[in-house]
Amino acid sequence: MFSFASDLIFDYTLRTVAMGSAVLGMVSGVLGCFAVLRRQSLLGDAISHAALPGIVLAFILTGSKSPMVLILGAAVAGWLGTLKIISIVRMTRIKYDSAMAIVLSVFFGLGLVLLTYVQKTPQAAQAGLDTFLFGQAAAILERDVIVMSIVGAFGVGLVLLFWNRFKILSFDPEFGKSLGLPIPLLEVLLTSLLVIAIVLGLQTVGVVLMSAMVVAPAASARQWTDRLGMMIFLSAVFGAIAGIGGAVISSSAQRLPTGPTIVICISLIFVVSLLLAPNRGLIWSWLRFRRDRKQLHLDAVLCDLYSLAMHHDNRHHAHSIAVLRTMRSDRGGGGVLKSLEELEKFGWVTHISADNWALSASGIDQAMKVAASIGKQPE
Amino acid sequence: MSEMDKNNPDKNIPAVEVEDMTVAYREKPVLWDVDLVVPSGVLMAIVGPNGAGKTTLLKATLGLIKPAAGKVLIYGRPYPEQRQLVAYVPQRGTVDWDFPTTALDVVMMGRYGHLGWISRLSKNDRTIAFEALEKVGMEKFADRQINQLSGGQQQRIFLARALVQDAQIYFMDEPFQGVDATTERAIIDLLRDLRSSGKTIIVVHHDLQSVPEYFDWVTLLNVRKIAGGPVDEVFTEKNLRAAYGGRVGFLGLTLTENNSVKKD
Repeated sequence: MFSFASDLIFDYTLRTVAMGSAVLGMVSGVLGCFAVLRRQSLLGDAISHAALPGIVLAFILTGSKSPMVLILGAAVAGWLGTLKIISIVRMTRIKYDSAMAIVLSVFFGLGLVLLTYVQKTPQAAQAGLDTFLFGQAAAILERDVIVMSIVGAFGVGLVLLFWNRFKILSFDPEFGKSLGLPIPLLEVLLTSLLVIAIVLGLQTVGVVLMSAMVVAPAASARQWTDRLGMMIFLSAVFGAIAGIGGAVISSSAQRLPTGPTIVICISLIFVVSLLLAPNRGLIWSWLRFRRDRKQLHLDAVLCDLYSLAMHHDNRHHAHSIAVLRTMRSDRGGGGVLKSLEELEKFGWVTHISADNWALSASGIDQAMKVAASIGKQPE
Repeated sequence: MSEMDKNNPDKNIPAVEVEDMTVAYREKPVLWDVDLVVPSGVLMAIVGPNGAGKTTLLKATLGLIKPAAGKVLIYGRPYPEQRQLVAYVPQRGTVDWDFPTTALDVVMMGRYGHLGWISRLSKNDRTIAFEALEKVGMEKFADRQINQLSGGQQQRIFLARALVQDAQIYFMDEPFQGVDATTERAIIDLLRDLRSSGKTIIVVHHDLQSVPEYFDWVTLLNVRKIAGGPVDEVFTEKNLRAAYGGRVGFLGLTLTENNSVKKD
């Protein structure tokens, strides 16, 4: 553990890669929240795939293999793809998911064709265009990290500036329109910021897996909080942790690719959030379900005892467990003894003899309370 | 328009005038040449069978969908100039109530029509929002996550959001849909309060039975406008028959059924 920490500080490559990955995780975490809340999780996938032809065309047109030039090409293509999706949805009857699928496959297909074609020329093979498919973090330079940080800060800054307008856009765009807010413009702006976030990660994570960095931090963060601000903050933190974690783990093992390792890290965070988060977590809701079911069964047995008691002058008359089991026969009569023992702990029933149980005075009160809360008297 | 004008529009001019409103999805007309004149200060229901274009009329009037033809005047001037006079309560089901935000936050969204491009809400806006929550009896739920609210409570939040718009005309799409009797009562009381302070309220409504009790003005719609005017003049069997396609026997039956269901 200590060696990781010291490597992070002293190893130039690892430090650069970790910082770059942290920045991309943070920015895609922030912008991903809006994509997830607007039910456009797959938009990230469409944008990143749509960026591929831009990368190759930028190389063909300029002959440059500088990451900045290639990424600019990616941004232009990703942005055009996004505008295409928005305009298809506005102009035609094609729905959002179909529009995304069409744009994704057409652009990505075009990108692959261009890539295969250009790979045959010697300088392209050297440029390593194909590393954009799955990312190649080790190629990141300190200069790239600085540019990524500036662009990322610009994106996050705009989110903060338009925070509440983006919130209205995401929650109730039609109402926003009725207020006179420039909703279409805000939508293009927000989506353009998402393009920026995605393009920042292409070099490290690659076009194929980048959408995970958009969706997973946001979906994980949503599990832990019911506030938009906290969700976006957590999403940024999760993205950064995954970025740094992926960089450190891949550097410590031979031939482990950074991009996919980052994606595995964020997936782990997501699985943990899905299972363990209070309220929304699966384990939590399973426990709540069990508790509710047990409570319902306790109430049912208590009410059964009460209705038996109503037939006797002596309300504390003992009744056989066999009778109670018959009354619960719709559930196979199981669990009655367990419920009785549980009720006895509350002092609501008394164990008279081997198989016989009776209501206590407080048990009668409780049964009446339960009956009232259900809204009817027990028969 | 000055602040003075905004708060005191000339009540002799109709609050809303809609001319030749026509909306078509592809070749199928959804609204056909609808003219509407809503006098200032009425509480008006828009009724009609399913698919009659009630919601479409509301949205087209508010510029939320693009009509094939049509003109909208608010207090005598084109709608875009008068947007600030108008508040809108959409159908509750149109948004995702699992959105991570609080009741108060949703209400505050109504204040953004009063702001410039990047200005922020002030403390005053927050006070206004809280007062609106009090008016709909939801102040205790201000900090509640919206997915923990019942349907009726969500509807009240939407109403509060329209109240903070501080408008003259309120457009509401099915505000009574799926709310309990208490909330229905609270909502109708609120609408009457608004009317007595001189506001105009236009409500898409589906329960014919309560029209005479709740509203003083009504428009019957079925793609075309069938009739419009004071409830005691136009809410007649003949007009209802025209709007609902002559199924009056069936209609009568539904009416009694609705009635008894409601009293349950």
